[in-house]
Amino acid sequence: MKPFAYVRAGSLQEAADAFTARPGARYLAGGTNLMDLMKLGVEQPEALIDVSRLPLDTVEELPDGSLRVGATVRNSDLAAHPVVRDRYPALSRALLAGASGQLRNVATTGGNLLQRTRCPYFQDVTKPCNKRSPGSGCGALEGVHRDHAVLGHSEHCVATHPSDMAVALAALDARVELYGPGGARTVPAARFHRLPGDHPERDTEILPGELVTGVVLPALTAGLPSAYRKARDRASYAFALASTAAVLEVTDGAVSHAGIAFGGVAHRPWRARRAEEALLGATPTRAAFEEAVDLELSAARPLRDNAYKVDLVRNVAVDVLAGLASRTPDRV
Amino acid sequence: MATTADTGIAPADPGSAVGAPAERREGRQKVTGRARYAAEHHLPGRAHAWPVAASVARGRVRSVDASAALDLPGVIDVLTHGNAPRLAAPDDPVLAVLQDDRVPHRGWFVALVVGETLEAARAGAAAVRVAYETEEHDVTLDAGHPGAHVPEEANGGHPARREQGDPEGAFAASAVRVDTGYRVPPLHNHPMEPHSSTAHWDGDRLVVHTSSQGTTPVRTTLAAMFEVPEERITVTAEHVGGGFGSKGTPRPDVVLAVMAARHTGRPVTVALHRRMLPSVVGHRAPTLHRVRLGAGEDGRLTGVLHEVVTHTSRIKEFVEQAAVPARVMYAVTDSLTEHRVAPLDVPTPSWMRAPGEAPGMYALESAMDELAEALDMDPIELRIANEPDTEPDSGKPFSSRHLVECLREGARRFGWSRRDPRPRSRREGPLLVGTGVAAATYPVLVSPSTASAHALPDGSFAVRVNATDIGTGARTVLAQIAADALGVPLDRVRIEIGSTELPAAPLAGGSSGSASWGWSVHDACTRLTARLAGHTGPLPEGGLSARADTTGTADADSPYARHAFGAHFAEVAVDTVTGETRVRRMLGVFAAGRILNARTARSQLIGGMTMGLGMALTEGSTMDAAFGDFAESDLAAYHVPVHADVPDVEAHWIDEDDPHLNPMGSKGVGEIGIVGSAAAVGNAVHHATGVRFRELPLTPDRVLAGLREAGV
Repeated sequence: MKPFAYVRAGSLQEAADAFTARPGARYLAGGTNLMDLMKLGVEQPEALIDVSRLPLDTVEELPDGSLRVGATVRNSDLAAHPVVRDRYPALSRALLAGASGQLRNVATTGGNLLQRTRCPYFQDVTKPCNKRSPGSGCGALEGVHRDHAVLGHSEHCVATHPSDMAVALAALDARVELYGPGGARTVPAARFHRLPGDHPERDTEILPGELVTGVVLPALTAGLPSAYRKARDRASYAFALASTAAVLEVTDGAVSHAGIAFGGVAHRPWRARRAEEALLGATPTRAAFEEAVDLELSAARPLRDNAYKVDLVRNVAVDVLAGLASRTPDRV
Repeated sequence: MATTADTGIAPADPGSAVGAPAERREGRQKVTGRARYAAEHHLPGRAHAWPVAASVARGRVRSVDASAALDLPGVIDVLTHGNAPRLAAPDDPVLAVLQDDRVPHRGWFVALVVGETLEAARAGAAAVRVAYETEEHDVTLDAGHPGAHVPEEANGGHPARREQGDPEGAFAASAVRVDTGYRVPPLHNHPMEPHSSTAHWDGDRLVVHTSSQGTTPVRTTLAAMFEVPEERITVTAEHVGGGFGSKGTPRPDVVLAVMAARHTGRPVTVALHRRMLPSVVGHRAPTLHRVRLGAGEDGRLTGVLHEVVTHTSRIKEFVEQAAVPARVMYAVTDSLTEHRVAPLDVPTPSWMRAPGEAPGMYALESAMDELAEALDMDPIELRIANEPDTEPDSGKPFSSRHLVECLREGARRFGWSRRDPRPRSRREGPLLVGTGVAAATYPVLVSPSTASAHALPDGSFAVRVNATDIGTGARTVLAQIAADALGVPLDRVRIEIGSTELPAAPLAGGSSGSASWGWSVHDACTRLTARLAGHTGPLPEGGLSARADTTGTADADSPYARHAFGAHFAEVAVDTVTGETRVRRMLGVFAAGRILNARTARSQLIGGMTMGLGMALTEGSTMDAAFGDFAESDLAAYHVPVHADVPDVEAHWIDEDDPHLNPMGSKGVGEIGIVGSAAAVGNAVHHATGVRFRELPLTPDRVLAGLREAGV
């Protein structure tokens, strides 16, 4: 392993200063992904700024009815939090669908958002990968890509984002809180991750030195029926082949709010805006869901060996929406 | 007649140890972390070595620039084909590491970095710059591959091709015909403990701790390659974290460790990384099957043709003997069983739990299910209708064969009679539920072994045999065999295994360990008992001893065809929304001679069944045509079943009294659990969905596409 410096940050400012002072630094929280990537030589940080002990480990209800989740709250704690289970069940479900119990006990909210793709070409430093080594090419485009993207990919990168949690956050209109050299700011969770375009090396909108400090779940979607469903190769400890998080509100027999995000099919959680727009005001029938989801998926461009994902995500999304509609109390 | 895995209560009476569910002798050591594995021998001055794997699929090493690696702190040396000790050519070409510049496949080791620490060695390996001359490679197997040919023999010494009567003619004339094909992908053994070895030279003595299924052959190999007499080499394998065949032969780790120890004069550990295993420890080769079954209206088979195409590497011919079980299973006079193999630029395949039988019986037993459907006949009755009197291919009588009893007993326990045979007849909301059956078979193998038994003055006994416990419970079972042969309680017997300092013994493989080692232990203990019977007065200080060597008896030709048999039943639920297929329950009934330990046998059987579940639903490896390696190289990507996939697995057995085996009357249970289990799951998926899937594993992508095509 390449030697690296280790700094334990006592405060946000200390963390940001330490990062700025050490080119090639990385923030370290649970380390469940970063450590693996360091062992593989994919990540070679000069320094690790340990932020796992910053006071960001609480979940608090804010006066406006939103819920603020600190960046170092562990995945298992967040999934089990009574307010999350009660008001944002899709998030709890998504968290529990991810990784294994042991990993969830260590992995943090911020780290979950920042985990890297599990594309085998990205993980193997002897193979080309534009995300790992810009300009080297994409091994997956014509290679083994059954698990790869069908939406929003580019000729430079067809990787998917592996997080389940981030899919739920996108559907629930959560915001990601950031702190960095330029101060604090927030970004909608659905726009936090990027599409690969010409710069697949950039997974997210985070700026150099910025740190995820928390996630805010809005009052808007609190208490609305929401769900997460994931299709995978084995019953546990497998990444999503395709997944859907959705939140649905029906008022006077018509859809008054829909938040839909697909996982496992794109470089980021895929917020299905076209489907949502199509559903607003519509009667929540299976046919309407199918039509809306198909509209969204008309943008899909499957690769040679992953066309099944279009069917799969369609089926999962329609199933999730129909399930929500069948138990959505009609708000009159 | 039937007994179950859970009937036994540990009997304390002398003479009743065999069969009891005795607890693993090393269980406490293992669960408390005190059991020591090969990489955990912390010898003074020990160095660590990390191999550098070739990053091209075919070619030659033009140059190795180790300067950056050597500049790193903690790097001791870098071995390449240019400076590594020259070794005598091994019988097994996969062991000829760092001997020349040739790269036969991606992942082949081209250098070894020795460091003060594991981290230093690994960093050094990352810093080694290797330049290659690359050549065009071909890693893609297809049935019409121009390189595919019928070899002389397949694994296990089986003839590659057997033809009886006029199979083509008989098939063409059959009233009912099934002509079908199946594909089994490459599979990986992935034992929990990756392959590792620690070696050190003590003057001219070599001591090696290795993770192997048998240290006797490891010593023989090292003696030949390093040109050191066997008596100056000690190889131990005290505890081994699984092997599933991949540790049945020495692997490059042990050669590299010995080489580096000789080169540096220090103890050296080589522990392979998980991601290296698919390339250098063997894999189950992919098999493409064509199966033709012809039958009369009564279901009696009139023609059986099983043709298999598989791959091997350029450096070694290994032929997965997947058509061999068709020579054993069903009564038919006109048959063809043939293997063809294509040498490709791929890693060398090798043994993986039930080589031949596991993929072969998936294909044959799936085809039998298709035939039952074509005949509109119950699949159990179809099998019973084709029960042979003698082994079909050899004409030999069976030493014992209770397949029919296994099928009947399994059907009773599983509730088969309540099954609606119509496909797609059971729906639970979005789930389609179905059940399936398949038969199992595995040959009885046994090899000569030696052992010694010692009566000590304190009234205890020591039994010595270089057996290996790879997690099977060998230590425990051998103690049971010894206790009964000595006529003493189990706790009076100490067993010493896992070192070449002990009487030589064959490896743990081919489900033959207990039979081979147990036979010599039984003989040694029986002789010792006789000596003790003739002895009067207290024992001398050194005790009394007896030895046994079963050469000439254990390996004597038998006039009988000797095989274990079994029947698998599975219930699956297929989600029509996602194509996700999950097993709800599996049940196996086996006839494997006398069961020596109800607890460890059950563990072996359900372990095999679980591996079969994985083969059916989750496990599969993809050869990357562009790069020449397997895409799934870690346990996050290569999906072995997790607990959530395995809700309910039951193993039962039938008492079988077979006098033609060995003194214990056992047949071996290490492999039969996997044989046929994938077919039972696949047949259940067909029953659930009405769709016949013929390529494993049955992952959501395939199942969803199949359901869609069929309009389900």
